[in-house]
Amino acid sequence: MYVIVVGAGKVGWNLGRELLEKDHEVTLIEKDQNRYLAVEQELEHNVQYGDASELWVLERAGIGRADMVITVTGDDEDNMLICQVAKEKYMVEQIIARVNNPRNKQWFDLLEITPVVSATDLILRLIEHEVPKYGLVHLLDLPQERLEIIELLLAEGSPVTGQRVGDLELPEGSLLISVLREGRGFVPGPDTVLEPGDEVLAVLDPGMEEELKAYFGPDGSSD
Amino acid sequence: MFVLIAGGGRVGSSLARAMLRDGHTVSCLDEDSEAHARLEIGLEQSWEDAGGQFTVGTALEIEALEEAGIEQADAFVAATDGDNTNIVIAQIARQRFNVPTVIARILDPFRAEWYEQQGLRTICPTRVAIEMLETEVKEAASRASGAGG
Repeated sequence: MYVIVVGAGKVGWNLGRELLEKDHEVTLIEKDQNRYLAVEQELEHNVQYGDASELWVLERAGIGRADMVITVTGDDEDNMLICQVAKEKYMVEQIIARVNNPRNKQWFDLLEITPVVSATDLILRLIEHEVPKYGLVHLLDLPQERLEIIELLLAEGSPVTGQRVGDLELPEGSLLISVLREGRGFVPGPDTVLEPGDEVLAVLDPGMEEELKAYFGPDGSSD
Repeated sequence: MFVLIAGGGRVGSSLARAMLRDGHTVSCLDEDSEAHARLEIGLEQSWEDAGGQFTVGTALEIEALEEAGIEQADAFVAATDGDNTNIVIAQIARQRFNVPTVIARILDPFRAEWYEQQGLRTICPTRVAIEMLETEVKEAASRASGAGG
């Protein structure tokens, strides 16, 4: 897959590196010269210097054959418009934009720029929904609602495997909302029996992560 | 007519005064309170006494747009110093607030052309400058070759 990443800040740089490690073809575009020079030391020809707001900069990066454009600059207007142009002018099949200021989310929606994200983790998961390398993934903060959503991978030997969901004694302030098993997701009922390898999504009050993690046992990453 | 101008720089403030002189209702929105002083250049009285309205705020903030009167606006001019801001707020004015006339100033000629094709009314000062310079230089060239030949 050919991916253009706009913005080589902390998010863009790490994202670019991860995508390269996963054998994708990547071009990062960075408009700050000092930042560009720093990133170029490591990523070499995979980073280009320029303002991706300008169409010719996108064309030079080969946007015509890009499968995906990801905008992760610190400027919401840049992120919005580069995605808009990528999608509507260059017919790029998939776009992902970072929202810096949550109040601008409505304008991304207005311009039909979806999906939007706010963290590297989430972008990576959108690209390939693979089993995480770590047992617990922090998926989403819902600060206004004062809730968090996390994902847990049930390891062989987790104390909850083999148990009915209805028999679980989950910590106060947490709730299982879905189970992903062999690539298929479903909402668990009281009779659902948890199995090793299940990916479990839970919604919880902030700060409950550790307690829940302890309850579900050693995480799936310990090898 | 009620005109809302986002961006009270040289272009925005001059346009605001001109529209006010022509008897229109004019509201100007700028994130810098200094823009107010620029609106009053050449005026005998304050901008408000002359009938103008001024709001300090960012055009991406819905509260600022509403305070500046976007819901009543017959025309919206995006004339801040940033192309990207202008393109975004022009689309907000058009798609969210259904302002009948929306005009965006876009300095980048390539994007101005593309957004114009998408149905956004754009003014590109760079394109105007290029055309004027081209005309002048070509005239000079033909005079020179005429004199030489």
